[in-house]
Amino acid sequence: MTEANSHGCSFEALAMPLFASLYNFAHWLTQNREEAEDLVQETYVKALKGFGSFQPGTNFRAWMFRILRNTFLTSRTGLKARPAVSLDDEENERAMPATAENPESLLLAHASQEHVQAALEQLPVTFREVVVLCDIEEMSYQEIADTLAIPIGTVMSRLSRGRKAMRAFLQTKVYGAAK
Amino acid sequence: MSCPWQEKLERYVDAELPESETAELDAHLRACPACAADALGRLQLKRMTQAAGRRYTPSPEFRLKIDQMVAKHARPARRWGWISGLSTAAAALAMVLVVIGLAGRHLRREQTLAELADLHVATLASPNPVDVVSTDRHTVKPWFAGKLPFTFNLPELENSPFKLAGGRVTYFHQTPGAHLLFDVSKHQISVFIFEDRPETRGMTAGSATASKMAFTIETWAEGGLRYYVVGDASAADIHALSELLRQGAKS
Repeated sequence: MTEANSHGCSFEALAMPLFASLYNFAHWLTQNREEAEDLVQETYVKALKGFGSFQPGTNFRAWMFRILRNTFLTSRTGLKARPAVSLDDEENERAMPATAENPESLLLAHASQEHVQAALEQLPVTFREVVVLCDIEEMSYQEIADTLAIPIGTVMSRLSRGRKAMRAFLQTKVYGAAK
Repeated sequence: MSCPWQEKLERYVDAELPESETAELDAHLRACPACAADALGRLQLKRMTQAAGRRYTPSPEFRLKIDQMVAKHARPARRWGWISGLSTAAAALAMVLVVIGLAGRHLRREQTLAELADLHVATLASPNPVDVVSTDRHTVKPWFAGKLPFTFNLPELENSPFKLAGGRVTYFHQTPGAHLLFDVSKHQISVFIFEDRPETRGMTAGSATASKMAFTIETWAEGGLRYYVVGDASAADIHALSELLRQGAKS
């Protein structure tokens, strides 16, 4: 087993600071503590094995998140969460402006943290993962594209659609379904 | 209602626009209330998602499990696996690097201990050194529940010279931890408990005692937590309290 890569960086020193973030991401993907723990553990096992081939100078964080996300996709929950419909039309939606039935600042002033958590939870995983990586992990569009192995344009359209769906959800929660 | 800038607002709040466009859009937002309100709403949603999204923290047991797994796979390979394959000259170079690395580690350790001694002194100088004032460990320990991402045990002190004075949440290197104060014969001793992190792990294998500015500091790691006992009491007292904490952690 190779523990230090060709630049001599220790796996432990690089990977352990990411532990809490990887766990949070895993939990948002699986929505379940035990599955999140299994996912994180498997990620570390795979990363330890593959660390010898990790290219120093490339983005280690994106590499770890990619392993976790790929592992999730092949898990039972991940297979179930794959979208049944094609997302091919997503590029066309990118330029769509946000709906603004109510001024958003007013809407958000009435939304609680629980509302926002629920809004994120109800998103299909394809959108949820992009929002989590962007807003919680504060990854750049390029890092997200690297992590998820999708083009930047797709990152932008999924973000836009994910946030739009969150706003719509908050709208119904805060102002009621009738609005 | 369709301003040409609107489609750029998403990238604007994500700080993904080129600098020149950001400056232009900044200027536009001062003149266009519709875009300004839209941008504000997007920013608010982003901030709220950020706050709401840091929701799940791993349990200390799970962290320990992964820590141990990584350490088990990683450390033996680091020590011997690759050294054996090197030529004598390369091994000599490696030794030099190790010495430099150890010197750096020593420096970091010195800094950490000095900062903790400062934290101890600053707390004693405060008019309210503790947030939970109690000599009862069954009051102090539960007070930390929900305030820290880990839990810890406190020892029974009945037949010892030590008395618990209370505790507070402290921050050290952006990490929350428990700060407990104990009295022993007119001295006060601080006990800091943090999650054991990679940067402090190499600091001391097992436990160590050091003197810093006439303070005695004992530190060790156990169960995924790192303990520091700091005070101007005698080294024997610091050690005795450390022993009690070690036993308490196992009970």
